[in-house]
Amino acid sequence: MSGALARALDSDLWWSFRRSPTTVVSAVVALICVLGALLAPVLAPHNPFDLATLSLGDAFKPPAWTPEGDAAFPLGSDDQGRDVLSAIMYGARISLLVGVCSVLFATVVGVVIGLLAGYLGGAIDSLLMRIADIQLTFPSILIALLVDGVVRAALPPEVHERIGLFVVIFAIGISAWPAFARTVRGSTLVERNKEYVLAARVIGISQARIMLTHVLPNVVGPVLVIATLGLGGAIITEATLSFLGVGVPSTQPSLGTLIRIGNDFLFSGEWWITIFPGLALIAMVLSVNLLGDWLRDALNPRLR
Amino acid sequence: MLAFVISRILQAIPVMLAVALISFAMFAYVGDPVSIMLGQDFTEAQRTQLIHDLGLDQSFLMQFATFIGNAVQGNFGLSYRLSRPVAELIAERAPATLELAFCAAALAMLIGVPMGVYTGLYRNSWLSRAFLTFSLVGVSLPTFLIGILLILIFSVWLGWLPSFGRGEVVQLGWWSTGFLTWSGIKALILPSVTLGMFQLTLIMRLVRAEMLEVLRTDYIKFARARGLGNRAVHFGHALKNTLVPVITIAGLQLGGIIAFAIVTETVFQWPGMGLLFIQSVSAADIPVMAAYLMLIALIFVTINLVVDLLYYLVDPRLRIGRGAAGGH
Amino acid sequence: MMQVQDRPLGRGPGPILEVRDLRVEFPTRRGVLTALDGVSFDIAPGEVLGVVGESGAGKSMTGAAIIGLLEPPGRIAGGEIRLNGRRIDNLPYEPMRRIRGREIGAIFQDPLTTLNPLYTVGRQLIETMQTHLDLSDREARQRAIGWLEMVGIPAAAQRVDSYPHEFSGGMRQRVVIALALCAEPKLIVADEPTTALDVSIQAQIIALLKRLAREKGTAMMLVTHDMGVIAETADRVAVMYAGRVAEIGPVRDVVKAPKHPYTDGLMASIPPLDRKVHHLAGIEGAMPRLSAIPRGCAFNPRCPHVFDRCRVERPELLDTGTTRAACWLYDPASEKQAPELFRHA
Repeated sequence: MSGALARALDSDLWWSFRRSPTTVVSAVVALICVLGALLAPVLAPHNPFDLATLSLGDAFKPPAWTPEGDAAFPLGSDDQGRDVLSAIMYGARISLLVGVCSVLFATVVGVVIGLLAGYLGGAIDSLLMRIADIQLTFPSILIALLVDGVVRAALPPEVHERIGLFVVIFAIGISAWPAFARTVRGSTLVERNKEYVLAARVIGISQARIMLTHVLPNVVGPVLVIATLGLGGAIITEATLSFLGVGVPSTQPSLGTLIRIGNDFLFSGEWWITIFPGLALIAMVLSVNLLGDWLRDALNPRLR
Repeated sequence: MLAFVISRILQAIPVMLAVALISFAMFAYVGDPVSIMLGQDFTEAQRTQLIHDLGLDQSFLMQFATFIGNAVQGNFGLSYRLSRPVAELIAERAPATLELAFCAAALAMLIGVPMGVYTGLYRNSWLSRAFLTFSLVGVSLPTFLIGILLILIFSVWLGWLPSFGRGEVVQLGWWSTGFLTWSGIKALILPSVTLGMFQLTLIMRLVRAEMLEVLRTDYIKFARARGLGNRAVHFGHALKNTLVPVITIAGLQLGGIIAFAIVTETVFQWPGMGLLFIQSVSAADIPVMAAYLMLIALIFVTINLVVDLLYYLVDPRLRIGRGAAGGH
Repeated sequence: MMQVQDRPLGRGPGPILEVRDLRVEFPTRRGVLTALDGVSFDIAPGEVLGVVGESGAGKSMTGAAIIGLLEPPGRIAGGEIRLNGRRIDNLPYEPMRRIRGREIGAIFQDPLTTLNPLYTVGRQLIETMQTHLDLSDREARQRAIGWLEMVGIPAAAQRVDSYPHEFSGGMRQRVVIALALCAEPKLIVADEPTTALDVSIQAQIIALLKRLAREKGTAMMLVTHDMGVIAETADRVAVMYAGRVAEIGPVRDVVKAPKHPYTDGLMASIPPLDRKVHHLAGIEGAMPRLSAIPRGCAFNPRCPHVFDRCRVERPELLDTGTTRAACWLYDPASEKQAPELFRHA
């Protein structure tokens, strides 16, 4: 175990991680975002969903460091008297949850389709890749909007309200699978013709097992890179959908929802209601994207 | 050349058909257009009449054929939400979106390409590092947040530019333009910057990556070994080779501008097709969604075609018939 | 340390190229690697110097250093390079650029990738000539056609407007040769000019290079791992090992009576024309990596004649009577002297 750790610490990946201060900083920021979101019920100064603790008398308090600020509301409060910081922490939970789940969903769908297309080849391959090509022509936000719109039209409103979170995850996941499928298919095609896979076939190991045990490990690197870079994109897509008012249900406000709500008060001067959730979103996405960039460069030595 | 164009158009047809099929499926099977259009009080005879009028009693293929026939003539039926012809609604709003998209695309290309070339050539200069940092922030900033920040700074705090609408527009036939009035131009600035920012950073990163790739090639090293000057190597040999892939991807990204206009138009209450679309999504107004989808597909297919043609003009390997090649 | 002067076989008064103690370094994360260390040789006007060695011995690197196009982060860290007596290793970019193509031409390995696919071969010839020579468009075009004819492209007047992808590999290498020669440099650095070609075409290209070099009086540094090409083309030959010159001398002497134990092993394993040298007959082991070059003579762990001094002190090029070899066996002061047991001696 310690040998594995020592090897990990000596590896090129770790070396390139330590060498890049930007990467270290973004890892720290990402960690803060994730911890803040996960531990929101413990760490947040208020519970924004507990209506009993809300008082309209606390509404529109500016951030604590301004003259009219209130130390109880470090980043100010919104129109309902909710603490902006707490709302951000709870909102980040939703944003991260939707982001991670939709990327996982897209990864599973994409990897399975990519493996199938690459391994089976022929007409199935052409059909699947043609679909991926057509879908890739359109921006993911548009696909997600369409999927969301269709589901919205197909489901009664009360059902939609209940499963809204899953609809968003589904919509974003569906919009993102082709990138995974294409990469996995490419790697599968390369791996399929390598001698060890041919050898495995000759000694009679089943195709499914060959795919899982031989091909899959070889596509982990690129899939990880796409997933990391895709996570930033998924969080942005979720925030955009929520900002447009068609994302997560308003009973479970994400960062995008908070920004949309705060946007109404921009002109009356209560900028903190929208700007702080915005900054939190930027910090989260930027740190994830920087990590993804680093991972891509580290795993692709030619670019170094 | 003609054969090339025709083959590309033929390739585009299945894509359009596939999108049409999705639109039609949405149109025909999602929700219940009959009950939506009839409202609360109706007789069974009215219902049957409407089903017949809408052609819903015909076979799937007949319905699809009718749908395509109508779509080709620009007939997409009535909006559930506004009870007006969809084509009319879209035509009213198209100029606003197209003018916005044009400005954003021009901004993205005219600034993004030179920035990409610069950062590719002088990869270690402080300005390149600044550009790269900026581009990373640009890629990570959601479009709507850029809009909100710009509104906060330039509308709320500085009060220089309007935060919503198109300003005064001038009617040229059916086309309404904001280019001819000062307030129209002022109103275009913030939305264009918002919409163009993401594509700008993307194009910059793309051009930079391609430039680095090309600068590593043997023919660039050989061009240097022949003693060609930096200008000839960078802007003659390297840039031209960079353009081939950049045209492709940048073209597709410019198509993305039309789609991202949805977000920008919402932030700035810009009366374009995107705002219409998002209102339709919230109201489950399927006919508008279907028509918008078809229109977007048409725009993308057209852009693809133009991209292929440009590609063809830049790269001689595509231009010359295979018969002419070879021979020792 | 005694310094024996090189003796080029050329006709002119002084050498066209002098390389003295050239040292090229690559800073990496694990420290600075020395890719070339104390490389010295001369080339006389009109002379063909073959440079041979295994992959990674520094042959191509030497060529890149001479034309001033080392891949970053590689850099010349010591020594000097003189062209017609003028020092060029420390020139700024612009004066060096004017030397490239005009005074030193270059030929690269793979003709499929050395030509810009988006420009016609004529345009590439014309831009090269107009960069260095004062020619009108019409004159440049006429000369471009002339050069294509000279390198054996049929129907040159039509082919001048063709794109690279319309030529075969062998034809493209002819175009590359035309490009290298068109501004009439007095020195050509040819880096493995035939390696990427079909065996049947290799001989044609070598014959063409040899003929043009003779006709134009152009000196050539011919980098290759192919001893057959060297034997046929070169006047003298330098054998490189681990970033150093192991032996240098007239091609006949080096091939027939090698003096350095490494050259001896190399000659004993002359491979078929189309194969790269990977393992040397009669010599155990492989060339050391740049990060692990042994102390003293770089060849000492593999040398059949190694003695104490080889492990401590690095040998300079010493006179052996026919060639010069970096081997302590040829220092009269050494405790061990060259044995008469070399295969070809």
